[in-house]
This record gives sequence, C-alpha cells and structure tokens, in this order.
Amino acid sequence: MSMAVTVPSGGGQLRRLGERDRPVVTITIDGAEHEALAGDTLLTALLTAGHRVRESEFGDGPRAGFCWMAACQDCWVWLADGRRVRACSTPVEPGLSVLTRPAAPGDA
Amino acid sequence: MTGSDKVDVAIIGGGTAGCAAALELRRRGLSVALFERRTVGSQASGVNYGGVRQQGRDPAELPLSRRSRPIWDRLPALVGHDCEFMATGHLKLAYTPEQMAELEAWSAMAAEQGVETRLMGANALAEAYPGLITNAYGGSLCPTDGQANPRLVAPAFARAARRAGAAIHEHEAVTGATRDAAGFRIETERGTRILAQSLINVAGAWADHVARWFGEFAPIQVLAPNMLVSEPVPYRLPVNIGVCGAGLYVRQIPRGNLIFGGGKGWADREAIRARPLVEVSCQASAQLARTLPWAANAAVIRSWTGIEGYFDDDIPVIGLSETTPGLVHAFGFSGHGFQLGPAIGEIVSELVVEGKTTTPIDAFSIRRFARAGHQAA
Amino acid sequence: MPERIIIVGAGPAGTRAARILAEAGLATVLLDEAAGNGGQIYRRQPPGFRRPYAALYGTEAGKAERLHAALDGFGGLIDHRTDTLVWSLDGRRLMLNTAGRADSLDFDRLILATGAMDRVIPLPGWTLPGVFALGGAQVALKHQACAVGAKTCFVGSSPLLPYVAYQYARAGAGVAGVVDTTPRSAKLGALPDLLAVPGVTARGLTYMAWLARHGIRYWHGATPLRVEGGEHVTALVFRTAGGAERRIDCDAVALGYGLKCEHQLADLAGCAFRFDSPTRQWVVAQDDAGRTSVDGLYVAGDGALIRGADAAELAGERAALALLADLGRPVDAARVAQIGRHLARIDRQRRGMDKAFAYPNHLAQSLADDVILCRCEAVTVGEVRRAVTEQGADDINRAKAFCRVGMGRCQGRVCGPAAADVVAAALGRPIEAAGRLRGQAPVKPVPVAVLAQAELGETQSA
Repeated sequence: MSMAVTVPSGGGQLRRLGERDRPVVTITIDGAEHEALAGDTLLTALLTAGHRVRESEFGDGPRAGFCWMAACQDCWVWLADGRRVRACSTPVEPGLSVLTRPAAPGDA
Repeated sequence: MTGSDKVDVAIIGGGTAGCAAALELRRRGLSVALFERRTVGSQASGVNYGGVRQQGRDPAELPLSRRSRPIWDRLPALVGHDCEFMATGHLKLAYTPEQMAELEAWSAMAAEQGVETRLMGANALAEAYPGLITNAYGGSLCPTDGQANPRLVAPAFARAARRAGAAIHEHEAVTGATRDAAGFRIETERGTRILAQSLINVAGAWADHVARWFGEFAPIQVLAPNMLVSEPVPYRLPVNIGVCGAGLYVRQIPRGNLIFGGGKGWADREAIRARPLVEVSCQASAQLARTLPWAANAAVIRSWTGIEGYFDDDIPVIGLSETTPGLVHAFGFSGHGFQLGPAIGEIVSELVVEGKTTTPIDAFSIRRFARAGHQAA
Repeated sequence: MPERIIIVGAGPAGTRAARILAEAGLATVLLDEAAGNGGQIYRRQPPGFRRPYAALYGTEAGKAERLHAALDGFGGLIDHRTDTLVWSLDGRRLMLNTAGRADSLDFDRLILATGAMDRVIPLPGWTLPGVFALGGAQVALKHQACAVGAKTCFVGSSPLLPYVAYQYARAGAGVAGVVDTTPRSAKLGALPDLLAVPGVTARGLTYMAWLARHGIRYWHGATPLRVEGGEHVTALVFRTAGGAERRIDCDAVALGYGLKCEHQLADLAGCAFRFDSPTRQWVVAQDDAGRTSVDGLYVAGDGALIRGADAAELAGERAALALLADLGRPVDAARVAQIGRHLARIDRQRRGMDKAFAYPNHLAQSLADDVILCRCEAVTVGEVRRAVTEQGADDINRAKAFCRVGMGRCQGRVCGPAAADVVAAALGRPIEAAGRLRGQAPVKPVPVAVLAQAELGETQSA
C-alpha cells in the first residue's frame, strides 16, 4: 500500500461517492496496473477501471456482474495463478493479479 | 387411453431401449403402447455420464456394442436430433504395468471382434495430449467411441416413435400384467387396461418386479452413478477418458463443461429417490485433480444421480422369457447401458417379431439366475 | 452430549436467533459468507470506511447498529464463522467452504436464515455491462460507496425502487429516472393494507415525494422495452402508461421486481415446499414458528418468506423459541403471542406491498424469442419455448434438461422465475403447474480443488 491519494473517477462503470481517502492498493488487471482502494472488492476495482468483468463463454458479449451479493455467479474471474474467484465477494490485496479472460493453456 | 384397448406390443419402461423399441416396432408396422411411470429417460438412460463406449466391455457385450455404434451416427436421420453425439474416441488410462497388461489383453480380444484400439505408452500420450494428462503409464484409445448428452436421447427416440404412431404414456406406471390365451392383460395406475400380443420388459431397476409377475427371478440391485459437472472452462479435452481402477471418468463438451463421475450415490428404489453423496463427490473431485491437474481450478456447479439396475456378474438380462411366450426382457445394464440402448431397441423388436435376433445374446439369458431363484423362493 | 445447533445466515433472522439461543445458554455455530453479520439489508461497510450509521441505513440506522452489536459479548456461546459458504447439506452434515478451505459440520438442529436476492425479469439488452440488480445497486452504495453508474435508471416493481433511487440521489449519484411497471391506481388500491404498518408506508411516500421535489421523473404503469448499448448501457427504452415510447439516456440500469427466497439448502434437506400465490413463488412449507417438514430444521427471515428485515428479526426469534420449546426448555408464551401479532400486522402490510408493487408476470411471458433468458448458459426465451412446444417438456426441470435453462453457475437463481413463466405460458397452464427448479449440490460453485481437499477427511464437528 502507498500513501493515500485521491483517485479520479475515470471512465469506468462505477462512480465513487465518498470514502475516497483510503490507502491505494495496486493490483494488475490483465497485466495492466490499476490503483484500487483498500476495502474495494475485485468487482469494484474492475468496474472503476472499465466496463467489463469477463466475457460470456457463449459468444454473447462482455459481462460485468449483476447481483453484487454472491448469488448470481456472473462475476467469476481468474487470478494469475489459475484460481477462480468471485469478484463481488473478494477484497483486493496488494499485488493481486486478476485476469478477465482465461489464460491460454499452459500459461497458468 | 380409456377402456380396454388392443395393441400388438406393450412396453414397460421409457428408457432409451424402450423408446427405441417403440420406434423400431412402428417401422415394422406393429401397434405399440409404451408406459413410463415418470418421464421418458428420467432414470438410467437420462442421468448417466454420457459415454458412448465400446472400450472395456465384457466380451459378451461387444457384439451388442458394435451393433449400436453406427446407430449413433444415424441419429439425425433416425430421430431428428444428433443428441450432441461426438465421436471423440475413448481413452482408458493405465497407471501401472499390470493395468496396461489388462488394456493390452482387452485390445487383442476386441481386435478379433473387429474393434480397433490404439495402445499408447507414456510418450505417445504426452505427444497426443500435450499438457493434458500427467503420470499415466499408458493408455488405450478406441477412436470410434465418443460421447453424447444423455438427457436428450430417450426423449428424442420417444418423439420419433410418437411421430411414427406409437402411443407413449408418461406419468403412468403399470401396476400389473398377466397372460392368458388372448394375450397380455396390462393394467396401469390410471386404470387403463390394455391387451397386448407381446410384452417388452425394459423397466430398468424395477424390471425384476415385472419378471416376477411371470414367475421369473432376477437378483437386480440398485446403482446410482454419482455425477458432477464443472462450470465452462476453455475447451481442451478432445477425448472421453476412463481411468483403470480408480473408477474416474471424465469428458469435456465443446461448451466447456467438464462432466465427471466415479462411485455411487444414494438410492431408494422403492421410494424412487436418489441423491449424490458429498463424500463420493469429493473423492471423484480428488481423482479428477490427480488425473487432470489443470482441471483443479474449475468450479463444480452441479451434481446429480439416478437409479440404475445392475447384476453381480456385471452384464444385463436380454432375451425371451423362460416361462411366458411373447415376453421379452432387456434390463440390468449395470451402469453401462447408455451406448447399447439404440441397439437394444432393435434386438428386442427382432425377438418380438421373429423370436430370434442376429446378435448373439445367449450370455444374457435370465436362465442364469434360475437356480438361485429357486433357492431364494 | 448437548444438541449441536447450527444457524446458516447472519442477517437479521440468523443473528437474532443466535442471540436468543445464547441468552438461553445454548451454544450455536453461526455461518455466513460475509465478513461480518448484518446480511444484505444491514450489510456492513469494510474496515476503514467511515460513513456513520445514519448515512448508511437512514431511518433504520438504530436497528442496524443494534443488530451488528447483537453478538458482542456472546463469543463463548456463538461460534460465528465468517467467509463461510455452506455448499451442501447431506443428512445431518453441512459441507463448508471457508475462504478456500474445506470443512464439514454435523448438526442436530438447524436454522436456515439464508436470506433473499433480487427477482428480475429479463428484457432485451439486460446482459449488457451496466445492468445490475436493484438490490445490488443498493449494496454497491452501502458496501462500496459507489454508484453503479454516473446516471442510473431504476426499473421494475418493488418498494426498493423509490427507496434506492432516493438513496442514490441523496448520496450525490445521478438518477436518470424511475420506471415502475405498476400503475398508480394499484398503489392507491393497496393503501388500506399498507396502512397496517403506517410508518413504513409513510416512508415510501416520503421517498416518492422527495424524488418529485428534486425533479426526478417517476413513471407509473410503464413497460420496459429494451436496454440499449454496444459494449455497455447507453439508454433504457420503455413505453409509458399512455402508450408513448420513451428513451432515457443512462449508463446504468438497476432492475428489480421484488425479492425471492434463497432456499436451496432447505431443498437439499428434503423440506416440503408450497407455492405462495401472493408473492408468486415457491416457499418452504413451514408452521408459524418456522418449523419445516424435516424434523429439527427451521427456516426464518426472507429465505423463508419475503416480508422484510423487521419481520426477519421477529421470525428469527420465533424460530429460536420454537427450537427451545422442542428441546423441552421453558419459553415465554406472552412473547410468542406478541411476535405472532406483530408478524400478522407485517403480513397484512406485505399483502399491500404485493399489490402496490405487483409482479408483472406478463412481461416474461411476452418476451421475444431472441432475448437471453438464462444469462449463465446464454439460453434464449425461444429455446425454452421450443423445449416445451417441440421437445415436449412438461415442466421447468424438463425444460432445463432439454435446453440448459437454469443449469449454469447460479442454478436458476436469476432466470428461474421468468423461465417458469415462459414454460407455464408455453404449456398454457398456471405458473405453479410449471413446477419448481430442483436444487443440486453444490448450491454455489466450489472449485474441484476445494472438494478434493474435503476428501482428505480434514473435518471437525461442532
């Protein structure tokens, strides 16, 4: 964690409405660094960084989660080590590396 | 159906064998009434793993299996649906030299019957399936085997039979049947009475009840295959896999789901209830993680089971009744009847119409239990 | 050996039940997926967040604070295990996944207080990024201090609709409008029942008035037509009660048609179910104390019957008292009667809510064939209809077997109600004749590696 800074709203899906003075937690999303805030879930981190969380397996486009309460199972993503996590119920941790698309076979 | 109707053939049991028989008998011009106490394909035919496999079968079953195999290719023409059948091949894995010797012996036997397999050592496996399979000693690939969606097969045969003019009665259990000079008198839980010239007993785990109505004994037992399925993960497993000894079997469908099983769930045949057991699900998951380490991160999303009938000698009863002319049995497929179902429909139809079949079935006679039955009685 | 008592769910019902049993000197294990108690309605913000209770829970701040503190000082009797998913129930054994660690617990008596989730009706474009469940939009605000978009449109039929729109606007989020499918006349007609609990109804009217004063449009009797957007939401299109088509520019849609019970574990336990016509959903069959058809198994809270947080606390207490009585312990009969009277008042008010925010089942039934119904498996409405009309499916489970509707990661939690309506309409039968989607273990996804761990026998008992 680094010093607390104000994070701009940026072009992501979500809008932060307060609680901005939390420590920054740097994670990587598909290899790119992203500054989340301590206490963010992975879903919040992904949707402040952009508009998508994963792709539907069946070719009908991007998905961004739905229920926010661990019921709909729409926000499962990959960690770089291959583990599967549900973004809405997983808090960010420094150095966490998340993939919104599965790694190619053999990468994990 | 009301009153007392007459048909050429009555069928008890709406699994794949019964529905395929209904279709075949209509093709031969006979009138057919099939009775299924729930919905077609709701037990063994519909809840199994979906392996379409010749590999590993008892030598006595191979002729049945060989006869059934080409029917799977013809499903779109025959029943109007491919039932997601894919000839992916079936790969049986050995982890010890002893297991490999078993595969080699089976392979030699099967070759004599015209079923080709490819025996593979560890290097050949690594080359053919890079990164997929670890630690195996060797394996046997039967390239003509494959897999299909068991939920679709019996219903597809039932729809085709219906279109061909068969009467398929779901949610209607047969409560009794007798035979007199006029034929078989069959009564259902809804009070339907029907007179049939022939009767086919394909009632699965409950078929011994039907046999008993005609003085025949079959020591059937209950088996509930404990099945699991994962979430969709990238498609990597192009072959249906079985593991010697461990009892694990696993396949992946192009949508991405890994379907796997091993061990038995809980079943109560009389209450018609079955459920998977968590400890068995956990054992199968552990075996999957050992066999295909890359699959360990996939999340399991569902488990299920259903009720199958089996015999201690691991082969079914198929053939004419020993006591009653016009009665044909085919049941107790002991956990490996899915692939055979379409051929069984043809074979029991031949037995009804011609009194014999071109496929050798002597090993499956209900006669083999007669002595035990007398002792039990 | 003392009875092993487990409570699943640490929301209002489960927390109150644990507290009541602890006060009676009984030890319990309280299991919940979240990091702290409170459930969704009193969901806590993460450590390090600083908003006061009043900002988070409004008029319910006092109740939230009391509930959060209800376990304090009872650590010796209440073994509260957080981050713990109960993924299956097998006989008298629960299978657990605690943050990736497998475990199991045996019980003699079990209170299931598993809560509820949003009930939704799909519409074209609803899988686009930016469409979220209404309760989810509220969780984003409470738990993460985020709005789900810069300009959110609230769509559906639910008392949460005006409330969450109000919460968003008060917190400084953009609200593009509220599109409510229930006509204004239905709300007026429901007033007599709603006044059974006048405070709640008055609050609802206050939120609507506040929205009007602040220039936020609220359409009654509207018909949502589609969500538009390429990679994410750009607009909601709907038809007004007067028949005009309207487009609202927005970058998020919060969608909800009331709540549905989360009762998968009760299903695995073999509990009997009944169809509850007023809420148009299957519920666990229960007596007025929450006893189910399975001996020693109780249900309480919104997982048992949808009637809100206040009722959930009372029902949690009632189930705990029933459990005590069933153990032969003394129970305060006056308190039992008082709870019964209070719940009856709430039930009357809920009947009003069900009219004021009616579930518009015709919307699911009239969806076009190409709309995705099951978002897990990307199964369209047309595929479900064809499973009935062409493949002969005669109920929802058969349709699932044929076309995979409700067969994905969520096991039909999200699409189940709408899928049942589509099946019922295709069969030409009432909704209850379409049957109930059967639950299967695991009730939520569990990685193969975690199940494999459970096989090693690393289990302990309560």
